Amino acid sequence: MKLHEYQSKQIFSNYGIPIPSGRVAANAADAKQIAEELGGHVVIKSQILVGGRGKAGGIRLAKSPQQAEDLATKILGMEIKGLPVRKILVDEAASIETEIYLGITNDRSERKPVMMASSAGGVEIEQIAKETPDKIVKVHIDPLLGLRDYHVRDMAAGIDLPREHWRTFGQIGRGLWQAYLRSDATLAEINPLVITSQNRLLALDGKMVLDDNALFRHPDLAEMRDVDVEPKAETEARKYSLSFIKLDGYIGCMVNGAGLAMATMDIIKLHGGKPANFLDIGGGASSEKVAAALRIILSDANVKAVLFNIFGGITRGDEVARGILAALREVKTNVPMITRLVGTNAEEGRRILSEANMITAETLVDAAKKAISAAQGGEQV
Amino acid sequence: MSILVDKNTRLLVQGITGNEGLFHTQHMLAYGTNVVAGVTPGKGGEWVLEGKVPVFDSVRIAHEATGVNTSVIFVPARFAADAIYEAADAGILLIVCITEGIPVQDMMRVRNYLDQKGIRLVGPNCPGLLTPGEAKVGIIPGDISMPGNIGVVSRSGTLTYEVLYALKLVGLGTTTCIGIGGDPIYGTSFIDVLGMFEADPHTDKIVLIGEIGGTDEEKAAEFIADHLTKPVTAFIAGQTAPPGKRMGHAGAIVESGSGTAADKINALQDVGVQVASHPEEIAELLALF
Repeated sequence: MKLHEYQSKQIFSNYGIPIPSGRVAANAADAKQIAEELGGHVVIKSQILVGGRGKAGGIRLAKSPQQAEDLATKILGMEIKGLPVRKILVDEAASIETEIYLGITNDRSERKPVMMASSAGGVEIEQIAKETPDKIVKVHIDPLLGLRDYHVRDMAAGIDLPREHWRTFGQIGRGLWQAYLRSDATLAEINPLVITSQNRLLALDGKMVLDDNALFRHPDLAEMRDVDVEPKAETEARKYSLSFIKLDGYIGCMVNGAGLAMATMDIIKLHGGKPANFLDIGGGASSEKVAAALRIILSDANVKAVLFNIFGGITRGDEVARGILAALREVKTNVPMITRLVGTNAEEGRRILSEANMITAETLVDAAKKAISAAQGGEQV
Repeated sequence: MSILVDKNTRLLVQGITGNEGLFHTQHMLAYGTNVVAGVTPGKGGEWVLEGKVPVFDSVRIAHEATGVNTSVIFVPARFAADAIYEAADAGILLIVCITEGIPVQDMMRVRNYLDQKGIRLVGPNCPGLLTPGEAKVGIIPGDISMPGNIGVVSRSGTLTYEVLYALKLVGLGTTTCIGIGGDPIYGTSFIDVLGMFEADPHTDKIVLIGEIGGTDEEKAAEFIADHLTKPVTAFIAGQTAPPGKRMGHAGAIVESGSGTAADKINALQDVGVQVASHPEEIAELLALF
């Protein structure tokens, strides 16, 4: 789960990281008010969960409260990469001498958190890694021991940080580690961490991504979710504990198992079709779950056929078949359904479905071809 | 023969009185697995499944009383890390964790702790292991495979079942099938299992089922080139997965261009692995050896 800049910075501040004075606003009048409080020289920053805000004109400098209000009006009306700007952060403007990158993320292949710093801050870390990888200093953190003080000193030395700033940098590094650890983050990043003309260290931007699996133990953080950034169907799916990702094709998929669901999408593409979604219905195909999943899939007007691919292990094929039929009684639609059932009682399940005039298939390839054909209006039962 | 689980496995079920634990214990027992004990804190002294399996309050007590050597964990995500530590500290050398949804920082700590103690974890977020005819440790349906000479290792659940079943339909059986799970941080990797299959005299061929996310398939490819004599056939799911999105499994995500299906397929093909274009093709490719 991604957090907005203002949310990330608030958390950083709670752990002793210096951030600019500023507040979030949802309208231009408030922006003007905040600008007045901050002395007039402010930066108006759109709060959206995609990169490239600056390039899209979503980060602007204001020299007066009135200009702040004007810019706020403009930015609050914007859409950046398809996302509406609903909030802006009004921060006191800082004069920047040096930009540093400091971040912590999970190194999957080392199975440890890794802290990275670079004196080439202000640019995306992936870009630094590509263009000047020797400018990144990395230290892997033992997850059982946590960040050691000497790790942060090594980072400071590695980026040639002036010694007068080492103590504050240490506080910031330790604060960032605590923020990452105590929020169950998968990323906690300050880019840029600046040295201002007043010779202060300041976290000018903040970014955090939280582990979805850990939100159960952070109800306060879970509440911060911004649902604007995902299609409505994905928000709806979460309510039913369905794993759902919207794609831009026309063949809806309902599968039990994430790997199998990905393989189903792949096979559709292999035979010339385009999957409309990824959906893992998980274990058990109760009619309520199937109905909820079907409604979510059919909420996409592009869907011209729906492919059910269910491997019955513990879940029995005949139960699945009855679940699908019950769901179809609730969710009335003319979109053709193709069901491929394998495993326990699959034959019985297929029989129940063909008696109800549904298209059935035995192999995955057969199912994909039938779905594509049905979507193109070809398959008649 | 087999790897890791067989008729000598003395199995403990952690979370045995929960819905999942009880249901799957019944199936494991019916399959012939030697389920010796269960643990649910607070329910020590009870018996489940009409007196078939004794329940203990802790893994330590169960281990002392019954000599279990393997544990399978059906404990909810919020308590699963603790259950793994408990099994490790009680001296269980093979721990299989079925649970999905364990926080990734928990798993980093768990993995690093287990590595220090030399204890093997399989999973989490996995279906477990199946050695046909001998032991079923986890939730892989017992009737979809039969004893044979193919070793199967996979990050998936039902996709693995597809492949096992397809192999069975053409008369091909397995030595052991092991699900390593769909999480980003897990206990046993492809390389670990490939090494075990290479050393197992009864495994002649290997099937590897991977998916997007991470670089374990790429590392496996290097390992195959350097260490394997036995042929490997693979399928990699997620060629159509969009970047930056978690496709169900916590570990199934393409991040900053890393972990794409295409990269994995290329890495494997470059070292001579036959990569199927769809799961049903695996059986055909195996027949070529």
